Amino acid sequence: MTHAFVELDRVKLRYQEGEGLALEQTDMKIANGEFIAVVGPSGCGKSSLLKLVSGLLPATEGTVIVDGREVSGPLKICGMAFQNPTLLPWRSTLANVLLPLEIVQPHRSRMRTQRKTFEEMATRMLTGVGLGGYEKKFPWELSGGMQQRASLCRALIHEPDLLLLDEPFGALDAFTREELWDTLQKLWMERPFTVILVTHDLREAVYLADTIYVMSTRPGRILVRYENPLPRPRTQEMTFREDFGDMVHGLKSHIRTVRAA
Amino acid sequence: MNGKSKLYTVYSPWIASIGLFVVWELSVRLFDIPEYVLPTPSASFAAIWQFRDAIWMHAVQTMLTTLGGFAIAVVFGVVMGAAVGSSQIVYSAANPILIGFNSVPKIAVVPVLVMWFGIGTVPAVLTAFLISFFPIVANVATGLATLEPELRDVLRSLGASRMDVLVKVGFPRSLPYFFTSLKVAVTLAFVGSVMSETVASNVGMGYLMMSASSKFNIPLVFAGLLVIAAMGIAMYGIFSVVEQRSTRWAVRGARSA
Repeated sequence: MTHAFVELDRVKLRYQEGEGLALEQTDMKIANGEFIAVVGPSGCGKSSLLKLVSGLLPATEGTVIVDGREVSGPLKICGMAFQNPTLLPWRSTLANVLLPLEIVQPHRSRMRTQRKTFEEMATRMLTGVGLGGYEKKFPWELSGGMQQRASLCRALIHEPDLLLLDEPFGALDAFTREELWDTLQKLWMERPFTVILVTHDLREAVYLADTIYVMSTRPGRILVRYENPLPRPRTQEMTFREDFGDMVHGLKSHIRTVRAA
Repeated sequence: MNGKSKLYTVYSPWIASIGLFVVWELSVRLFDIPEYVLPTPSASFAAIWQFRDAIWMHAVQTMLTTLGGFAIAVVFGVVMGAAVGSSQIVYSAANPILIGFNSVPKIAVVPVLVMWFGIGTVPAVLTAFLISFFPIVANVATGLATLEPELRDVLRSLGASRMDVLVKVGFPRSLPYFFTSLKVAVTLAFVGSVMSETVASNVGMGYLMMSASSKFNIPLVFAGLLVIAAMGIAMYGIFSVVEQRSTRWAVRGARSA
């Protein structure tokens, strides 16, 4: 790999002085436009990793570099989505998706004059993820899966170069979850951006990611790096193929050894 | 909710209030309680009618005084609540002072206010303010401080400033808390203004009741109590409607249930 878009160099993280490490000696190199997944047992510091990359938490030791610059505060080029859709209940779905444009420059100063254009953009995006006609609805009038789709739109509306996902589909039922894998893959293939997906669903990691990192129990550490050779676009049929199953099994046996250790 | 129970919900407050008056009326008559101890509600309502001009004048005064103090409390409460709710430092600095202040009986402050401003409207307005700002501060601060950390992360990862977070999420999110506090605060403001009028004024419902009791016109005292209660209910009702209109998203559970 010649040019890394996100690079973690010997990163350590300790939440509080005197406490044990949350992350230990983490090295990662993620190329521009790469889709990576981080899997590991719960409490292994996967979410802390995202906070480090987004600049919401400073590294205790080592450096985090995004887009050629060392991260020292919250980044402005990333979108985030969590397990909880965190939509604002007093805003319509459309207004929720527009929120980043009201904050991030240069859109922010154009909001007043170009509101119509932005609204059309958001409507197109919502239609693209199957939420056409729901723009005026409030989040609490949508199902969990629909809320999560809207949350993805919000994370991507300002065309960030980096998308950080913290178990975004964890609270959904299996059918909805797999539908949303396709939605996310579609969005990513339309306009490639770098994705870090934190998940404990191994099938999800294999379905979506180019590269999969397995982390150890706390203090978190990258144990293995898997390259996923499955061709794109990945389809639901592929999940029943032998090579898909083998990858999931491979990951699973790794996690099992980690948990036993 | 089915039609029958909805009907009950609409009429039950009237039935309960009228029931209270009926029980009151009957008890006074049955136990032969003298009027200078407890007048009947009918005598009290008759007093309202008989002294309607004086009551109107004093009620308007009390209403304006209350709303004046309440308005100051809203402005002060929102500013203070925003400061306390959005900064941990301000919170720990101001909290003991606010609690201490709220614990002081406001009746004890009235003589001080009289010393500074003389008797009349000013101490009544200030007492109404002092007694009613605390719930507003507490509720606005709670609304701001209980912001979901993930939501803050989403905004901060977009490069939002503290002010952005406050305007886009903090304030809208604390609106239901704010309106709840207004209902409580406005009724407290009546307590403050009437209290101050009772001990240090020549106008207002407090003064009217004080002078009526010194003349042993007990029905007029109770007439005053009923008028104050009615004003309090009216203001509470107004703010309830405002609350429901402006924060429909927060009461959705009650609506869809």
